[in-house]
Amino acid sequence: MLEVQNLSMRFGGLLAVDQVSLDVQEHEIVAIIGPNGAGKTTVFNCMSGFYKPTGGKILFEGREIQGKPDYKISRLGLVRTFQHVRLFGRMTVVENLLVAQHRHLNTNLLAGILKTPNYREKEQKSLDRAAYWLDRVGLTELANREAGNLAYGQQRRLEIARCMVTEPKLLMLDEPAAGLNPAETKDLNQLIISLKEDYNVSVVLIEHDMSLVMDISDRINVINQGRPLASGTPDEIRRNDDVIKAYLGEA
Amino acid sequence: MASHNLKHALFCAIVTLIISYPILGFNLESQGIDVTLEGAETSTVLGVLLAAVIVFLFQLFRDNVMGSLRQLPAVNPLANRKPMEQSKRLKLESTLLTLMVIGALIWPFIASRGAVDLATLVLIYIMLALGLNVVVGLAGLLDLGYVAFYAVGAYTFALLSQYYGVSFWFALPIGALLAALFGLVLGFPVLRLRGDYLAIVTLGFGEIIRILLNNMTSLTGGPNGIGGIPDPTLFGMEFGRRVKEEGNTSFHETFGIAYSGEHKVIFLYLIALVLAVITAIAIRRLMRMPVGRAWEALREDEIAAKSLGLSRTAVKLSAFTIGAFFAGFAGTVFASKQGFISPESFVFLESAIILAIVVLGGMGSQMGVILAAIAVTILPELAREFSEYRMLIFGAAMVLMMVWRPQGLMPMRRIHIELKRQE
Repeated sequence: MLEVQNLSMRFGGLLAVDQVSLDVQEHEIVAIIGPNGAGKTTVFNCMSGFYKPTGGKILFEGREIQGKPDYKISRLGLVRTFQHVRLFGRMTVVENLLVAQHRHLNTNLLAGILKTPNYREKEQKSLDRAAYWLDRVGLTELANREAGNLAYGQQRRLEIARCMVTEPKLLMLDEPAAGLNPAETKDLNQLIISLKEDYNVSVVLIEHDMSLVMDISDRINVINQGRPLASGTPDEIRRNDDVIKAYLGEA
Repeated sequence: MASHNLKHALFCAIVTLIISYPILGFNLESQGIDVTLEGAETSTVLGVLLAAVIVFLFQLFRDNVMGSLRQLPAVNPLANRKPMEQSKRLKLESTLLTLMVIGALIWPFIASRGAVDLATLVLIYIMLALGLNVVVGLAGLLDLGYVAFYAVGAYTFALLSQYYGVSFWFALPIGALLAALFGLVLGFPVLRLRGDYLAIVTLGFGEIIRILLNNMTSLTGGPNGIGGIPDPTLFGMEFGRRVKEEGNTSFHETFGIAYSGEHKVIFLYLIALVLAVITAIAIRRLMRMPVGRAWEALREDEIAAKSLGLSRTAVKLSAFTIGAFFAGFAGTVFASKQGFISPESFVFLESAIILAIVVLGGMGSQMGVILAAIAVTILPELAREFSEYRMLIFGAAMVLMMVWRPQGLMPMRRIHIELKRQE
């Protein structure tokens, strides 16, 4: 469903991403790994429309999306999280989930001010969806806390829930396990698999936690210094000499 | 530690002397065409010295003084009580608000004319502050030229009545919509700006509007302003002694009561009250709607908001437009109340005062903003005897607020949302 062809991104004299290609099929978890500064997040930023790539194509469900504004790409169903959690800190947990659903709630101003039945019904629906996802990530008890006051692991889960209420087709997770303890990482592991199995969402993730990556990914792309190094199933990657040299290290 | 304190205290006392002695200790006396410098009276000099001593002592024992001040919350019996339950608080709040509105409805019939007039001004400021609260408090866009939209509303009514004889009730929506249009148009160029840069550009816009009004003499009368703006009518009944427009009747004749100038003042007050209540309710609803949440989301994190499909353009423009709309409302009422407007009424100081109200009240908090609007408008009137020191008191109050309650009089509270349990 997503196809990145020869993506390049140049910042002045620096070629941060050079001819990277990858593809994501429906119902698949694809990981992007590589050393720090390899250009993984830059690839993400190009895919989500934060950067306008200097070369190459990005096709989402057959449509070219490179260079489209970020909010339009998100509306197509390509939603991302961030390496450093970006929540709406002074809004409550539920409100964070409601903001994300603005599109399902697109009634006109007057209907909202007058609280028409139609508006109420839609609002109730989005509240129900928020409640469902809060329950799903185990944050129901904290629904009315300010998001900025949550523990780090909870913020991570809330960020994923916030993406999920928009009903995305493809979810991009940028280092979702960063800063989590082993137990939390395990929960996250199950959550990501369940996103694929139960909600039919494809996932692209950047991650340094190799046990997580190897466990859940269907395929892995390795990037090194902006260039694609290898791609394949977890087993193939584990045995690939280049990858071991550049990133995994000799055991 | 002690020597450090002593040094600091001495320094502060000397600064006090340096600042206040030249200003208060000397007087310029004119003798014929010459001006001579004379020392002030002994009492003033003593006062300056006393002030320096007080500053010295305060700084010397500052830790003790501030320490004992910090004990105050422990004495306050309300400090440690549990927060009220949501449903209970909401009920209490709505009863209190209803009582306040009913009280405000009855009050003008008891109060003096001057007081009612002042109260109308308070209500106008409440409308302005509630509108600016949307832009600054919710959307987090620092707008220093808000008074421009107030001016657009006022001048729309003034010009329409002067050239086309349009009445208050027609001009009210037109003024508000035109102000909103200006908000929209002025919003476009500043879409990419944030923080300080936005503040400076909006400040410029405010001045542009005022200077335009000042210089388009043929249309607006320039600094002379526009007079003879009609009062609002009640179903075609005028409040003047004599009917000015044909087809209208006069209020006191219709009801067979003696003419009194107070009728008009009270009527204007009631209009302002109704409009202020409408403004408050409308914005309260907006805050709980997707638009309102989008404003706050943009304030909190622009990048995250965009990644969720919120269009920065639409969200920012809607904040500017809606904020300006209510300023237009307030402007129309203001023009009608004064009967005369000139660019003098729309200087930067007005923007600053409205912003001060929002900050004092607590960004985003409606109750806080309303309280602050009342305080900021009424206190200077009460302190008329000290009118020379008005700005001084105002500044001191701001500083004290920022020290003790930086979040404002009544900080915004998050709305508690009940969720259905998942089975």
